[in-house]
Amino acid sequence: MASLELRNVVKRFGAVEIIHGVDLTIEDGEFVVFVGPSGCGKSTLLRMIAGLEGISAGEVYIDGELVNDVAAAKRGLAMVFQSYALYPHMTVRKNLSFGLETMGASREETKQRVAQAAEILQIDALLDRRPGQLSGGQRQRVAIGRAIVREPRIFLFDEPLSNLDAELRVQMRVEINKLHRRLGTTMIFVTHDQVEAMTLADRIVVLRAGVIEQVGTPLDLYNHPANLFVAGFIGSPRMNFLAAEMVAGEGGETRIRGKSGLDLVFPAVDPRQEKVTFGVRPEHLGIVDPAGAMLTGEVQIAEHLGGETFLYVALPSGETIVVEIKGQAAVQSGERVGIEVDAAACHVFGGDGLLIGRVAGSELPSSAARIEQASAQAARL
Amino acid sequence: MATTAAGEIGAEGRRVAAASSLSARLARSWRRNGAGYLFLTPWLIGFFGLTLGPTLASLYLSFTDYDLLTPPRWAGLKNYEYAFFQDERLRHALWVTFHYVIWAVPLKLAVALALAMALDRSVRGVGLYRAAFYLPSLLGASVAIALLWRLIFGADGLVNHLLFVILGIKGPGWVTHPDYALWTLIALAVWQFGSPMIIFLAGLRQIPQDLYEAASMDGAGAPRQFFRITLPLLAPVIFFNLVFQTIEAFKAFTPAFIVSGGRGGPVDSTLFYSLYLYIEAFENFRMGYASALAWLLLVIIGIFTATAFLTSRYWVYYEDEGR
Repeated sequence: MASLELRNVVKRFGAVEIIHGVDLTIEDGEFVVFVGPSGCGKSTLLRMIAGLEGISAGEVYIDGELVNDVAAAKRGLAMVFQSYALYPHMTVRKNLSFGLETMGASREETKQRVAQAAEILQIDALLDRRPGQLSGGQRQRVAIGRAIVREPRIFLFDEPLSNLDAELRVQMRVEINKLHRRLGTTMIFVTHDQVEAMTLADRIVVLRAGVIEQVGTPLDLYNHPANLFVAGFIGSPRMNFLAAEMVAGEGGETRIRGKSGLDLVFPAVDPRQEKVTFGVRPEHLGIVDPAGAMLTGEVQIAEHLGGETFLYVALPSGETIVVEIKGQAAVQSGERVGIEVDAAACHVFGGDGLLIGRVAGSELPSSAARIEQASAQAARL
Repeated sequence: MATTAAGEIGAEGRRVAAASSLSARLARSWRRNGAGYLFLTPWLIGFFGLTLGPTLASLYLSFTDYDLLTPPRWAGLKNYEYAFFQDERLRHALWVTFHYVIWAVPLKLAVALALAMALDRSVRGVGLYRAAFYLPSLLGASVAIALLWRLIFGADGLVNHLLFVILGIKGPGWVTHPDYALWTLIALAVWQFGSPMIIFLAGLRQIPQDLYEAASMDGAGAPRQFFRITLPLLAPVIFFNLVFQTIEAFKAFTPAFIVSGGRGGPVDSTLFYSLYLYIEAFENFRMGYASALAWLLLVIIGIFTATAFLTSRYWVYYEDEGR
């Protein structure tokens, strides 16, 4: 169990800088997920924490101890690799006990810890097999087991689920979650899959091009993305973005107007002329009668998933907007629809991509206020 | 469609088809593989004419008395009886050869592995180093190098010169002293580490880097990584090199022939098996006995190789096992 602190950590490969000064503190027992697109530096950052990559500048502290020059073998961490990296010539039992052997654990203790890990991960029956004889999911369990037996200060996971099929991935995700609750050890998990990040993390660190874009709880990031990138990355289907303009309205109020007929009051800031991006999640849109609706369009594709329906609606401006409807909506492709907007849940981003504010104005609208505003909006529509 | 057609042809048709199909198959096979066999022709002629023929002839000759001048006379098991029960010099040659094999092979493999590991990294100019380290193997088996070796290790050679200049020691004639001559040849063999080194290098490249990373996360330092990851995963390559180099060492001839001037001296201290065989055949003109010796060497090498293969399943792990 340990805390971790990164101070202005930089990684360079030759003249190319990959990680541009990352600051991050991870509390003892926390489950933190590094998420971002390929090449954002999340794996590199994890490997720097592990000690598998050198640190070009800055400092890494584990439990307050500077570990920049401590070898990976001496940091007391455990890592689960994307490839699993199981020792092919050793049985599962040997794979599990190898780390204990290097620690100089007694035979009795080794036996007990291996048995315990095997029980937690339900791999008791596989102990005398070699990795080559195991399925992908079983290998994954062994890889996690190898990390568990050492009782590390911090667990590091480097995209451990990406080689599993979809069903197994969900199952292992749940198990890793349970494992964290059971062990209470600090865990750092790298993934490019935002669903994994949302479901596993106490806190998510969103990375892009070697820079932290935002750190926060999953719902924080979902509800209050700091910029366009985070808004677009977190959430599936992703947030709808419409090109818009911030203008001064007739009564001196600030308004957000888009080509497709978008026109909302934006009390968060004083009026000024600026090109902005208007963002709204699919579930904050609804279908209404086209007559009198602010936004109208033609349904191009209707995806009926049973529990929910996704409508891909083409707006007159040429933009496409995704609308999520709970349950089964009786809407077909080609139909003309009006779209209502839950203004309380809309975001406005400036030309630099940073969040200017939410349309409703308040930083954290209470659900009551949201319903009220939404119904007011609906009434206006 | 196909089954209906086959049914219509009937049993008679099938017999006809079977008769003509052999020649048809041959023709098809020739069309497909003919060019390959043509390319193989020089080797096939060499194998049947120059290797297999003489080999079988030597098996026959080993049961005869044959002095190259008069026709061979059938002698039954006499040559083998002499080799097994009477030939003291053969026993000595065997001892020299075993001594050479037991020291030269492991030392050569150890040096080859150490250098392969040193060269298995991406340093500037590593290709040049690899080529430079491989060079002795290209030259080593040649007569010129054996001659050079003789000069370097001679009584007035470079080694003794350096010993005298640096340490003030007057060294012995390394190749002319019976206590050291064999060791000089072992050193010459070890120096030719190039080809096992290249094979080790290829083997090291096959070991995934993430296993080393996993091992270091498991707290293993470099020595433990070497003994628990590198060596076991390299075992198939070590096994190959061991068998190959052992066979080569048993057959060693040129260095001893040149360094000892073809005599196996001093005092038979470098009388390798092959050299003794050569002396019996071409100096004493006992071609029949020499043939028997050649077949005995084949059996000895066979026993060693078989032993290596039989024990290998206890120490060689193959990646594709148990899949």
